[in-house]
Amino acid sequence: MNKIGLIIRREYLTRVRNKTFLLSTFLLPVMIVLLISSAGFLAIKGKTTHRIAVVDENGYFKDYLKSDSGIAFNFSPGIDSLNYSAKNCSAVLIIPELKEGEKTVYRLKYKKQLGLGDISDLERRISSAITDHFIYTKTNVSRSRLDSLRAAANEMAELKTFPDEGKNVKASSQGFAYGVGYACGFLIYILTFIYGAAVMRGVMEEKTSRIAEVIVSSVKPFPLMMGKIIGIGAVGLTQFLLWVVLIVLVAGVGQAFIPHDVLQEVNNLQQANSMTMGSAVQASEAAQKIFRIRQMIGGANWLLIVTCFIYYFLGGYLFYASLFAAVGSVVNEDPQEAQSLLLPISMPIVFSFIIMSIAAQDPGGSLSVWASIIPLSSPIVMMARIPYGVPGGVPYWQLLLSMALLAGGFLFTTWLAGKIYRTGILMYGKKPNWKTMWSWAFRRE
Amino acid sequence: MSMLEVSHLKKYFATQKAVDDISFKVEKGSIFGLLGPNGAGKTTLIRMITGIFYPDEGGILFNGKKFSPTADASRIGYMPEERGLYKKMKIGEQAIYFAQLKGLSRADAVARIKDWFIRFDMKGWWNKKIEDLSKGMAQKLQFVITVLHEPELIILDEPFSGLDPVNANLIKEEIFRLATSGAAVIFSTHRMEQVEEICNQIVLIDRGQKILDGSVAQVKQDFKENLFRIHVDSLPQETSLAPFDLLAEKEHTITLRIKAGRTPNDVLKYFIDRECQITHFTEMLPSLNEIFIRLVEGTPLARQFQTIQS
Repeated sequence: MNKIGLIIRREYLTRVRNKTFLLSTFLLPVMIVLLISSAGFLAIKGKTTHRIAVVDENGYFKDYLKSDSGIAFNFSPGIDSLNYSAKNCSAVLIIPELKEGEKTVYRLKYKKQLGLGDISDLERRISSAITDHFIYTKTNVSRSRLDSLRAAANEMAELKTFPDEGKNVKASSQGFAYGVGYACGFLIYILTFIYGAAVMRGVMEEKTSRIAEVIVSSVKPFPLMMGKIIGIGAVGLTQFLLWVVLIVLVAGVGQAFIPHDVLQEVNNLQQANSMTMGSAVQASEAAQKIFRIRQMIGGANWLLIVTCFIYYFLGGYLFYASLFAAVGSVVNEDPQEAQSLLLPISMPIVFSFIIMSIAAQDPGGSLSVWASIIPLSSPIVMMARIPYGVPGGVPYWQLLLSMALLAGGFLFTTWLAGKIYRTGILMYGKKPNWKTMWSWAFRRE
Repeated sequence: MSMLEVSHLKKYFATQKAVDDISFKVEKGSIFGLLGPNGAGKTTLIRMITGIFYPDEGGILFNGKKFSPTADASRIGYMPEERGLYKKMKIGEQAIYFAQLKGLSRADAVARIKDWFIRFDMKGWWNKKIEDLSKGMAQKLQFVITVLHEPELIILDEPFSGLDPVNANLIKEEIFRLATSGAAVIFSTHRMEQVEEICNQIVLIDRGQKILDGSVAQVKQDFKENLFRIHVDSLPQETSLAPFDLLAEKEHTITLRIKAGRTPNDVLKYFIDRECQITHFTEMLPSLNEIFIRLVEGTPLARQFQTIQS
């Protein structure tokens, strides 16, 4: 058998047969779900109601400012800027008499800082209170009429967005695309670190135990490094495919638990929807929910997402794994040494993650576009954009350019790392720095 | 034709002349001791012979032909001083893996490993991991892996470290057996008593240069100091006219050095003339350990860095 094949086989089998592989395959999704849901739970739970005392010299704000879960207003007569905290309020809003035609400053004094969102929410409420007051006092519209008009207007229209893909018009769901994009980016981020670190540890093991010395006499360093990278990459791919199978299975089992009559209603909805848009079919709330979820899932181009995910996972992994291998090859027994050398490699990955969380919300922004083309960050950032659709969210030229640059990028890093690796793997005792590694990489032979 | 012929080998690193013009020959069937203090350049030399490093200058002939790392790798077995084994891998699989890397087929590898495991009393080990083995056990496995593909040239770096006498003997016997069946063994160590016992040929290198080369017997002859030991029942009172200098005396055993121009017969005659009963008379050849220390003494413990002009 070919020697690099032997190395790939060993790297793959020893890892896949390991119990920790199976354990991590099943535990990682569970952990990610727990992490995301607990973060969501804390975000909801952590939202506090701000109690704001209002000192109003105009006298009409108490009719317009309504307390809710975000802000509770306190209009008690005796309250002022001195005693508001004694009356259980965290801030006091002082509104002097407002005059038409001139700008009056109103102030918020606080003991507890309000968030940026809360401040703009407060400002919006004040200005709409003033507008409402004007409409009420300067026109003949009654308050109840105004409120009912408002409510009616809110119910009249709903925004749906459609990516322009020529003939093929499908309803898109921004929220769903955001979720899928964020999850894909997050997964690639985690996998790059997990498998990159696995490559580094593997290389360090071979170096410190002198295995490299024994093997290098029968296999050259470059195939040794590539065998390891490819073998571990195959483990990652296996893990991803297992996840896909797992998700399909869970979804199938989940559907089996939906009652038959609800399923029937869902099918009715589906048929009605395909015949005439927006026709009203009587259906229970549960059926409508399931229908909507089905529509969201059906609206996404899964083949494209999974294909791109595999491409960007492998591309990003290959791009960074060889760099991890190079670091592993230069450090000695002390794992501390790896820390400082890892920083320049983990920085771009962490930055990509930050850009990715922006790109998942704003897939068309110039930062998102450029970061999804440059191979340092493209594996993570591009995956956040792709669920928005191709070519609707990502034009073809951007996708192809990004893929081509990533392929070129990992060929370059592999070449560079290979040169550092082949010297580093047999060097002992000397702590290398970036300068010496640079000279290994670019010295002439 | 020698199995391995190394001529004028040089390897300079940025701060050191690691190997500086070394030549020697290793014959088929011989056990060759490569000796030298720490940092003398032994590892660099071995790495050039195993094809890990290319020499800057000089040549290596393997069976009379120019040495090619890719073609000849499967004919060399190298056992590094520290353990070159995967900790988390099962022993049987690991042995198969290394054998396959050396070009053996899987079936061949399995058959040979089983054979060796029986011979080395390692039958129950197949599914154990290296991390479960003691240092000595791992050493035995490493030895098996090194010689499994029946290499013509076997390079062993401190093969006995960490082995108990029984296992050390087992491996020693194997080394002899391999040499008798035609393999050349290069044996690198600091343990001179082992060298004396096992090797027929030695090379001593220091600071990258060869300072001694020859058969063990010849080297001892070259470094002898005319020292003899004699056991007599009584000592003559006066020895100032004797053909030797008395160096030490302990319970009627005398260590002496024969004076220049005299022979051992003169010494015996001297004692016989004085009617001393001789029960024992032997030449004291220096041990390799003494020769090693004498030659290397004065070398700083760690090699100083040199500046290389090139």
